[in-house]
Amino acid sequence: MLAFLIKRTANAIFVMLAVAFLAFVIFRFFGDPVEMMVNEQATQSDRAELRERLGLNDGFITQYVRFVVNAAQMDFGISYRNQQDVTVLIKDRFPATFELVLVATVISLVVGIPLGVVTAVHRNSALANVLQTGSIVGISLPSFVVGIMLILLFSVTLGWLPAFGRGETVDIGWWSTGLLTPSGRQALILPSISLSIFQITMVMRLVRAEMLETLRTDYVKFARARGVPRGRVHWRHALRNCLMPVITLTGMQIGNLIAFALVTETVFQWPGMGMLFIQAVTFVDIPVMAAYLMLVSLIFVVLNTVVDITYAWVDPRLRDDTARAGGAHG
Amino acid sequence: MDKTLTPDMRTATDATLVPVRSSRLKRLRESDLWFSFRSHPSAIFAAGLLTLIALTAFLAPWITPQNPYDLSSLELWNSEIPPIWNAEGQWPYILGTDTQGRDILSAILYGSRISLVIGFASVILALAVGLALGLVAGFFGGWSDNVIMRIGDVLLSMPFILIAILITAVASASLPTGLKDVLAAPILIVAIAVPSWVQYARTVRASAMVESRKEYVQAARLIRVKAWRIMLHHILPNCMTPIMVAATLNFGLAILSEATLSFLGVGMPPDQPSLGTLIRIGNQYLFSGLWWIVVFPAIQLCLIVLSVNMIGDWLRDALNPKLR
Repeated sequence: MLAFLIKRTANAIFVMLAVAFLAFVIFRFFGDPVEMMVNEQATQSDRAELRERLGLNDGFITQYVRFVVNAAQMDFGISYRNQQDVTVLIKDRFPATFELVLVATVISLVVGIPLGVVTAVHRNSALANVLQTGSIVGISLPSFVVGIMLILLFSVTLGWLPAFGRGETVDIGWWSTGLLTPSGRQALILPSISLSIFQITMVMRLVRAEMLETLRTDYVKFARARGVPRGRVHWRHALRNCLMPVITLTGMQIGNLIAFALVTETVFQWPGMGMLFIQAVTFVDIPVMAAYLMLVSLIFVVLNTVVDITYAWVDPRLRDDTARAGGAHG
Repeated sequence: MDKTLTPDMRTATDATLVPVRSSRLKRLRESDLWFSFRSHPSAIFAAGLLTLIALTAFLAPWITPQNPYDLSSLELWNSEIPPIWNAEGQWPYILGTDTQGRDILSAILYGSRISLVIGFASVILALAVGLALGLVAGFFGGWSDNVIMRIGDVLLSMPFILIAILITAVASASLPTGLKDVLAAPILIVAIAVPSWVQYARTVRASAMVESRKEYVQAARLIRVKAWRIMLHHILPNCMTPIMVAATLNFGLAILSEATLSFLGVGMPPDQPSLGTLIRIGNQYLFSGLWWIVVFPAIQLCLIVLSVNMIGDWLRDALNPKLR
């Protein structure tokens, strides 16, 4: 187990170093950092001094090592566009994205799990067929199209819900939350639904597949034979055994949701990290891009590693040389 | 397994090849796949819809009332006309016009063409790269396997959409303005292909590793069949089934990704709009009551992705040996 733990952690660190390398190359070689930072009037000596101060005259490896060391301490430099500390910018925007992703995840579980159970239990019913077809539609709908349609229906036509912004927020320490005010909660409804549509269909399909397998097992048949009420068999005994993969999927999808939130945030003008990133892309604000890339990849890699280690801890068979066996299936 | 087998094997393959070629259509009509297709109404519907969309998109220059890229054909007094079923609708603008007098239906058909071409090209590129690297990694193993799969691991540890955005952003930041618009489509094709080749490479590598241990491959090696020939003629055909399914589903995903990138403003420029660009443009008029500018391109995009996914879904079930 210890060997596996070390191997998996080393792998995660390798991946993060590679991502950092990518971010560093983008940072260093696309656009001259000095030209981006100084204003028009700066003299040649000003520029040379800044170049020296930023350490841009050092060797490639030295600069990369410095970049990694700084990144590990959450220091990504100054934004080219608004001259603010990148870490502060991201910290300000993080709560908005996090709450959006959290609510979308909760919605996907609360809606997706029951739908999956229903389609599995009443496998050949009309309702199940409609839901199964609906799930293909759900996977095919681009999230920005869902967002636009929701705005068109609920904001433009009916005027029920706000179409952009976060509403009023309350500060708790450095964390600003929109969950505590009525306008904040209202503003959250449409974005979180449009972000969760894809996730709902994924959860639903997974639960359905797992349930279909579980319903064939002996203990479920026995419970039925013993006269345990159907509802109790399905929703309690069978469902419980299906939840482990659902939890795994949900955990691993959080990284993807954070990345995909940037689309939702653009549609709804949601002031989160994704909007910050898209604006940075438009203005070629490379420190912000690099920081966002590193942060999202870090969340991604940490979640994947934790899931892998948990699985190996639960199931010892996965410990020996998983890299090869896993690759063969993937 | 000695050398005398070689001529026998040759004649055997030659003998079987000839009749197959002459009756390919017949073989297709008697195959399980065709039977499965005929008995799935949803697959027939999706294939029909996709054919219709592709035909209208590629025949767009001959069937649309105007060329939406030709600025001289746009008349400002024809702008903001609602769809034809509305009282103020005007022939021939069936789905209305935008703020510059551009016919929405024409724009959609031209846009679909761009979306379909970019989606298709990126799948082909990803397939070519993924199959080649996967075969090399699985067949030769060793350091080539290590390097290729490590690169794949890194790509898989970043979200798909993020890689694509970064590639387009870096490409457009380092290219001069004039070149940027000309190269928009190739950049998008590469940006979508880069995060998607890994899946093919992994699948092929796994089956190449299994196949290359089998006796027929060792026999082929013994009689000095060239490595590339073993890979292409013997190993590759053995893993085409999962690859076909993945490629079909990825075609839908590629069209979606292209639309998303264009919607975010890092894809196709407004003077050669794909469906995503059209939705981005229409999104600006969401609150001014001009709903048709955004809704119809959005519906077209959904129909394309939906029909591709329905075909992919059917193909996955039809080719799955467990479900037969």
